[in-house]
Amino acid sequence: MPTFTHNILPTVLNTGILAPDWPAGFWSHMIIFVVILFLFVIFMAMGFIYFERRVISRFQIRIGPNRVGPFGLFQPVADVIKILIKEDIVPLNADKLIHLLAPVAAIVPAIMVFAVIPFQNGAALANLNIGILYIVAISSVSVVGMVMAGWGSNNKYALVSAMRVIAQVVSYEIPLALAIIGVVLFAGTLSMNGIVLAQKIPYILLQPLGFLIYFLGSMAEINRTPFDLLEAEGEIVAGYNIEYSGFKFALFYLTEYTEAIAVSTIITTLYLSGWRGPFDSLPVLPVIWFLIKVFAVFAVIIWVRATLPRLRIDQVMGFAWKCLLPLALINLLITGAQVVFWPNVSQWVFVGVNIVLAGVLIILFSRFFRTTGDKIEA
Amino acid sequence: MALKTETFLVNAGPQHPSTHGVFRMRFILDGEVIQDVEPVFGYLHRGIEKLAEGLTYSQDMVFTDRLDYLASMTNNQAYAVAVEKLAGIQVPERAEYLRVIMAELMRISSHLMGVGFLTNDIGAFLTPLLYMYREREKILDLFDMVCGQRLTYNYMRIGGVSQDIPEEFLPALKKFTDTLPRFIEEYEQLLATNEILLVRTKNVGILTKEAAINYSTAGPVLRASGVKWDIRKAEPYSVYNRFNFEIPTATKGDVYDRYRIKIEEMKQSIIIIKQAMEQLPQGEIQAKVPKVLRPPKGEAYGRIEGPKGELGFYLVSDGATNPYRLHIRPPSLLNLTPLRELVIGVKIADAMAIFGSIDICMGEVDR
Repeated sequence: MPTFTHNILPTVLNTGILAPDWPAGFWSHMIIFVVILFLFVIFMAMGFIYFERRVISRFQIRIGPNRVGPFGLFQPVADVIKILIKEDIVPLNADKLIHLLAPVAAIVPAIMVFAVIPFQNGAALANLNIGILYIVAISSVSVVGMVMAGWGSNNKYALVSAMRVIAQVVSYEIPLALAIIGVVLFAGTLSMNGIVLAQKIPYILLQPLGFLIYFLGSMAEINRTPFDLLEAEGEIVAGYNIEYSGFKFALFYLTEYTEAIAVSTIITTLYLSGWRGPFDSLPVLPVIWFLIKVFAVFAVIIWVRATLPRLRIDQVMGFAWKCLLPLALINLLITGAQVVFWPNVSQWVFVGVNIVLAGVLIILFSRFFRTTGDKIEA
Repeated sequence: MALKTETFLVNAGPQHPSTHGVFRMRFILDGEVIQDVEPVFGYLHRGIEKLAEGLTYSQDMVFTDRLDYLASMTNNQAYAVAVEKLAGIQVPERAEYLRVIMAELMRISSHLMGVGFLTNDIGAFLTPLLYMYREREKILDLFDMVCGQRLTYNYMRIGGVSQDIPEEFLPALKKFTDTLPRFIEEYEQLLATNEILLVRTKNVGILTKEAAINYSTAGPVLRASGVKWDIRKAEPYSVYNRFNFEIPTATKGDVYDRYRIKIEEMKQSIIIIKQAMEQLPQGEIQAKVPKVLRPPKGEAYGRIEGPKGELGFYLVSDGATNPYRLHIRPPSLLNLTPLRELVIGVKIADAMAIFGSIDICMGEVDR
């Protein structure tokens, strides 16, 4: 049984790059990493909430939270305390069991995604060789929690929201998974760490179209503007979590941000070369590169949220099936051809070719195959 | 296997983020599609028309501020026009010009709010709205300079205005009218070319020309349907016949057209304000009106073009100090009449966009 001071700490500090099983010994690795992951998720969620509120305030010529602590840094803490001491209300006619289990069913898969995210070379809870498949499988399970919440709380707004979430998330799963296959083809591995190691060039350049599809699809997956239909404030007030308060609401809120973190980390890993960066052989620096990229991705998500209005449900569905899905299939075809027929051509050639192709395809689809402009009959 | 489906009733309001106050809509939904809607209002009813019968003509001016609280100045003006018509009072020229400047500023402010809340209703997370607020804030500062109030001005009096403008007002106004077109241009770049905004507003909630006339709508809603009707041109009151300005109209009558009309009207308002500033004469700001006003027996209907449409005040006098009867023609309420026809058959999201584009103020609907 390795001890922390004798085994783990020197490994982290001295070598920087971690062996795939860095705190030698299975159980110590598991326990330590689970704790690290939970802390990471909770602190990142608070960081994201603070970051989002500050950034979106800048977009909206406001100041944002700046009263609690230096620069308002403790505002999320104060919010969490406030939410947790609220009364926990269960509606009279709610399905009690489902109402109780829904937040749990939502948050567990959201956190489980982090099990395969490499923070450094090999520093993951489980360096699965089917990592990305695991993510695709697990990340949409959160929907079950939301549907349970919508169904169990016996509220019509929540029910409408639950129906929307099923339709939306299930539809966007498909282009999303197809976009990932492009990455997998280039990397030749399903392991998350393997994908990072394979990225001599960040895949955002090699797979620009795939990146856009994945980005849009994941925005729909985590219900961010312009796909935030299931909590459309102006329409169905708050959506599936309308009847939740106190700790259960806090769990839903955490789920939302956990998913945002998850998507940011997955995009970072798949398309922005994960923990890689200049001097990534030094200790700790890979983690910093990783976090910088995660926050950059999230900043773009906030930017979109601050700028765009919301689509209507039929437009959202039309966009997934008529635009993203064909584009994802074309992207897959192009990538497959490149990998199979020209395995020895320099990847920089593909960078140029793919960026041009992505531009042409996007212009074609926006000009000639408009799917959202025409009125779709109910 | 045929699934059994049934419609269900969803209640939106009186507390709802996009009902602009305490409006309530009872939707009968078939999934996402609205089968029927029953608008319910009256939650803000204060009995202003009845209360006005118990107070003198000049005291009633205060109530008009509380009608459409986003356009208090024009409410003041409409009431003053009605009383002046009833009592036969001639308003000094300078006061008329000041009224025009204030009314046009109020129109810009009200339209900014209308556009801002419309974008909010179609899901833009506050950003356009807060920029609109920034511009409105400047207008409120100007009003603050003139009469010391920011929301309920009570600035106009029967026969004039309460006080002359301070000397720093005109330079500040000039600066505002010079900068606003640039900001409107900026908002246009953000909104009018936004694909999502276009697909959400174009061909949504089409109100035909005939329907718009039949429903007795007025203001931007009517003009968006292609009817060139503006009381400032059709029946010029105050000094509006001395200004050159256009009445923007659209053809289709969808949500996008109602949005466009508001933007274009803001531009026209700036043109009017600029002309009024140039022509502004010196002189009295208040006609000689007796302390206790006793209009002769009779009745009068004074109407102006408010930001949201024709705003009319109908007054009946029996020769006493109080009006015998006061009736208000609120544009917000009458513009709401086509709502049911417009939202049946559309999705909830569109219903909110249509409702936002009609641009009502509950203070005026319920009175």
